[in-house]
Parts: sequence; C-alpha cells; structure tokens
Amino acid sequence: MTQIPDSGQRVKFYQTGTFTAGNRLLDAAQRSVQASVERANSLDSGHRACQGCGEALGARYVVDGALRATDNKLIAANATGCLEVFTTPYPESAWRLPWIHSLFGNAPAIGSGIAAALRAKGREDVRVIAQGGDGGTTDIGLGCLSGMFDRNDDVLYVCYNNQAYMNTGVQRSSQTPPAARTATTPVAGAEPGSPPGTGKSVPLIAMAHGIVYVATASVHDLHDLEYKVTRAMGFRGARYLEVFVPCPLGWGSKPADTIKLARLATQCGMFPLFEAEHGELTAATKIRQRVPVEDYLKLQRRFDHVFKPENAHQLDTLRGIAERNVRRFGLLAAEDAS
Amino acid sequence: MLQQIEGSAAVAETVATCRPEVIAAYPITPQTHIVEGLGDMVKRGLIGNCQFLNVESEFGAMSVCIGASAAGARAYTATSSQGMLFMMEAVYNASGMGLPIVMTVGNRAIGPPLNIWNDWSDSMAARDAAWIQLFVEDNQQAADVHVQAFRLAEAVSLPVMVCMDGFILTHAYTRVDLPEQADVDRFLPSFQPRQALDPAVPITMGAMVGPEAFAEVRFLAHYKQLEALDLIPQHAAEFREVFGRDSGGLLKSFEAEDKKTVVVTMGSVIGTLKSVLADMRDGGASIGALTIRSYRPFPREQLRAALAGADRVIVFEKSLAVGIGGILAADVRVALANPAIPVYSVIGGLGGRPITGENLRRMLEKGERDELEEPHFHDLNVEVVRRELERLREIGRPGASAENILRDIGVVSASKAF
Repeated sequence: MTQIPDSGQRVKFYQTGTFTAGNRLLDAAQRSVQASVERANSLDSGHRACQGCGEALGARYVVDGALRATDNKLIAANATGCLEVFTTPYPESAWRLPWIHSLFGNAPAIGSGIAAALRAKGREDVRVIAQGGDGGTTDIGLGCLSGMFDRNDDVLYVCYNNQAYMNTGVQRSSQTPPAARTATTPVAGAEPGSPPGTGKSVPLIAMAHGIVYVATASVHDLHDLEYKVTRAMGFRGARYLEVFVPCPLGWGSKPADTIKLARLATQCGMFPLFEAEHGELTAATKIRQRVPVEDYLKLQRRFDHVFKPENAHQLDTLRGIAERNVRRFGLLAAEDAS
Repeated sequence: MLQQIEGSAAVAETVATCRPEVIAAYPITPQTHIVEGLGDMVKRGLIGNCQFLNVESEFGAMSVCIGASAAGARAYTATSSQGMLFMMEAVYNASGMGLPIVMTVGNRAIGPPLNIWNDWSDSMAARDAAWIQLFVEDNQQAADVHVQAFRLAEAVSLPVMVCMDGFILTHAYTRVDLPEQADVDRFLPSFQPRQALDPAVPITMGAMVGPEAFAEVRFLAHYKQLEALDLIPQHAAEFREVFGRDSGGLLKSFEAEDKKTVVVTMGSVIGTLKSVLADMRDGGASIGALTIRSYRPFPREQLRAALAGADRVIVFEKSLAVGIGGILAADVRVALANPAIPVYSVIGGLGGRPITGENLRRMLEKGERDELEEPHFHDLNVEVVRRELERLREIGRPGASAENILRDIGVVSASKAF
C-alpha cells in the first residue's frame, strides 16, 4: 500500500465542501478500521435491519473498533431490542464474535458476570462490551447499568440512542425529546408529542458515577466514533459510550437522510459530542457550521406538528435545549461564539 | 469435620469447598448470612480466584450469574422471598439457557402483609421455571445437598435451587459434619461446559427462537428434569460412598411403610412431625411420613410406590395456591394418578406461623377420622376471619385486611377497625 506522507496539516474535511470524511485525506494510522482489508466485519451482511438503520452502522463500527483494540479478544453482551432481533433470528446470526443475549434490562450485569468469569480464570486479555438501545439502557436497564458503573466492572457499555422503543413499534423512552411524536405520545392536546420537561441524560448520569471514561459519538462521524471506542478500550474499568443513531422508521425520515440527520443533530446542538474522564469533561467537539434546530427537525415527520403556529412554543422548547447544550458543553469555537 | 454451626455458615463453608468462581451477592433476610460468610472467605483469599460481586439487586445477582456461567465459570448466588420475585425474569432466563447456576433459597413468605418469616411461597413461585428444586430437612442435608447440587446442575445443564426453611434452618445452630475439601474434590469434578463465550470459538447464545423450535427447547428442559430423576439417587449413592452418610435423594421415608395414614411434606417440619408421629404410634395409631426432597423434578413413580399401601394421605405444606388450595397436594394427587384413597391438603406454617406438636396432632387425628375439609388451613383463627369477612361485607369497598386482623387479635390497639 502506498504510504501517504503526513502533511503536518490539520485536515479540514469541509474543504471538500461535502463534509465527506475521506480516508485518503488521513495518515495511514488514522484511517478507519473499515478501510482495512483485515477488518473484523463483526456484524456481517444479511441481517434484517431496516434500510438506513443508524444502529446497524453504529454497532458495526463500534464492535469492529473494539475488536481491533483488543486483538479480536472480545465478548459482547446484548440487550433485547432491534439490534438483538435483527441480528439473531434463530438459527441465523450476523455476529462474528462470541455474543450473548439474555434479557431486556440486564445486559450490563451480563457483561459484569462475563468480566468476573474472565478475571476468575485469569483471562483478562479477553475484554467485554455490553450494548443495547436507549430503552434497554436508560429505562429498564438503568439499575444494572448503575450497578456495573458503581462496581467499576471492566465493561464498555454502548448505548445506541435512537430516542424511542423502535423494536416494539416506536413508543416513548426516557431519551425521546420533548414534542417528538411516538406511539405512546401522540400528536394531540395542548402539548402534542412527548411532554416538555421530561427525559434524562445518561452520559451525565454515567459521569456522576465518576467512571473512568464517558463519551458520546454519532454515526455521521465514524472516525470520531472509532477513536472513542479505541480510547475507551484503552482503559480498564467501567466505561460508557452513547452513539446517536437516527431511525428512519421511528423518526419518519428518509433512509438516505440518516447520516445527514446525525450530522444536523450535532451541528444544531441537540446532540453534543463530548468525552469525560473520572466525571470531568475533557473534550467537546466544536460545532463546525451551526445550523438552526429547524433544519434538523424538518426532515423528521415526528416533529411535523411543531411547525404549526399554535405549537410555536414547542419549537422554542427544542431551541432552548440546543442552546443550553451549546453553553453547557462549550460547543462553539471562540470566533463563532461572538 | 463436626462443628456446632449456624445453618447459613454451614452452607457458606460448604459452597466454598465447591470451588465457585463467581458469586453475586445481594442481601435479603434470611439469606444474608450465607453471602456474608462467602464474601468474607473470598476477601481473605480462601476460595482461590473466586470473584465476589456486590450487586445492586437480585435481578442483577442472577444476571451476573448468567453472564459468568455463560462464560464458563461456576456461579452461585442465594436469595429469599421478594428478592426471588425481583429476579424472576432472570431465573427463567438461566434455566432457558441451560446454565448450571446453583442458588440457595432461604425460604420465606411473600408479602404483603410484609412478613419476613418462613414459608415456601418464594420457591413455589418459581416451581415452573425449569429449575431443579431440592428441599432439605436439616442443616446437615443443607450442607451436603449443595455439593450434590453443583454436580447435578452441571450433569444435566440446568440450574438448581437448594430450598432451606428460612430462620428455622438458616439461623439454627446445630451440629453439622462439614464436607471436607478433599472429599468434595473427589465427588465434584471441575466445571467443563459444552460451550462457553470464548473468542477462540465465537458462538451466539440467546438467539430468538420462533414457533418452529420453541416447543422442542421446552421439551428438552422437561426431558433433562426427568433425567435428573435417575441422577439424583445415583449421586446420593456416590455421595454416601465418598462421605459415608445418607444425604439427598428423591424422597425419604420416616416409617411410612405399611401405615394406614401417611403424611407427605417437605423441609424442616419433619423434625417436629417425627416426634408427634412416634407419640401417636405409641398410642396405637398406624401413621408415618414421607418427605419429598426433589420437588422439581417431582418423583411421581417413586411417590406412588411409596404410598401404595396407605389408606389416606395428608399433605402438609407451607404453601398456598390462592384460589384452589395446596400446591404440593396437587402434585401428590397427580402422582397418584387416580387416587382411590383420599389425599388431604393441609396448608400451615404460612409466614412463619409456629407448627407445634400439639396442633399437628390435633390436625392429624382429624385426618385419621377423614374429617379434614378441602383444603384444610392449619391453625387458622376461624373467628378472626369470620369477623373480618363480616366487616368487609358491611363496608363493600376494596382494601387491605392485615391491619384489621392485627387489631382484632389485639396486636395493635386502635379505636376502630375499618
């Protein structure tokens, strides 16, 4: 392979005008795991995810990255949910690593048990990830997740956040943003969609446990995602990674817009990208080109109603969330903030 | 080694000799002393490289055991009562996945009304969960049966519950001949699972199974339980060879042979019952007892054979299927297939109500005269119940009765029941 010399220049992908994160612009060492012919391809083709599924893309990059970081010595525990169902309809399995599904709410504890078994057997070279959707992680699985954090078990937990229970037919979860339409928060009444003032930030809850590493990532920036997975696997102890994964089915968006929506969510401030160690914020990805929240919302039918004049206050609520994220995590570069 | 030791401590000491690799612990009365004991031994490095996890809930405890067992480690936990209900989804998961986890159940009632004392409501709630359930009568059995439980679980690839009466056994200081490490090592080989989570052989465990194969998976669990019916006596015989004492087995006769009346029960109540029956026999009664040691699998054939000569059977149990009656009694009736002889269902000892020699004898004599109603509630305060039912009829609104019952019997004073 031709070695591309390090230009020493800070690569600005937006130079191309397309936001394309092209591997050819990077040093060989920085290139995506997926660009290597030796990539694990942990989540194989032939699974049953929907077209444009952000979770399938995110999971493949996360697990491939973790496999590379552990020299392919990795075991995965998976919560019940889309990722579990579309990858393992008996007798088929799309996984090319040891993988276990137990229940909806116990993937973190399954991970803890596997890690304990490996420790007991002196096999600490084998590492563990546990993963699930936002419902399995932040609602029904939060008790086990908190316990895993609290004990500092050597598990990387990955939450693929698509902001609702998609596998069961798009019901509201604690990650559903205010105003979003779901099957259990219909467009009706004075506050159509999910109620204002609800929801929680599990990355911040994870940070409150003081665990060694917490990060958020998004499927529009797979280099950043791989970097965070690699970084996470460099630590021992409990770690948490939340990956933003748009869901065309649940959001009423075009499958072709999945990456675009993920990017817009971060560029409008609705989904901040950051890293934290031992409970302290260590890095936040600056917004490159700030976009109005409306640009993100208008591509999703779940937010159609917020553009009606009588629901203008809902649009303000969502703008407020983005604005507070921008301030809280310092998402604007100094020159942009002015 | 003979010791005067608390039941929980005897279990902890014995589990330690079984070389567990992962122990998940959550405190719940009356199980707590067992995991305290094990935690202490792990921390002192007395159980090899065993990992002891202080988990956030019983659901977490069983889930940690599932993960550990799937990764090829010998896993153990203990629970009781509400804790068992809280872990129930994972209880079913462990057996469905064929994971040979061993769990001690310090049997305790399920509230409300909140009650920490002994009965069998907790493990009975899991009787259909495909776990093997072994009941023990005293703390020697409790210790010995744990050693057999690991062997059995790993032989049939199903989890095993060792059910011991809370407080009556867990907190009783009695003489126990603790299994020696060398003997346990002779009896119990190391855990070698057929498959485990291992990067060298990447397998998928816990895949979704549809109607085309689910029934077969459930049948196999049933089949493995029936296999255990053969293995349990074999293991008990091998245990006798190694340890020189009788422990375990499917059921145990206490002079039940050729008796007109046979009491069938489980667990520690046989201690009181034995002396009552001896007294009654001294008075000329033809009466004996059988304890069922393997509740799941249920030894139908063996029980039928053991009861073949009886004129009547009185099933005494600390469990109630509300809306129909005795749980163990129903199983005994199934075992007798077409009982030409009466099988009486007696429910007693719920929530720790004392079972005394005197009240047992009164009930048994009524049984001998074929005067027991169906089901018979042992030592029930009929007057208190009658008064509360009258109050409920007057008021005609839904609500709890526990406080009214306490007022009625004078445990708490209050101006008015409502």
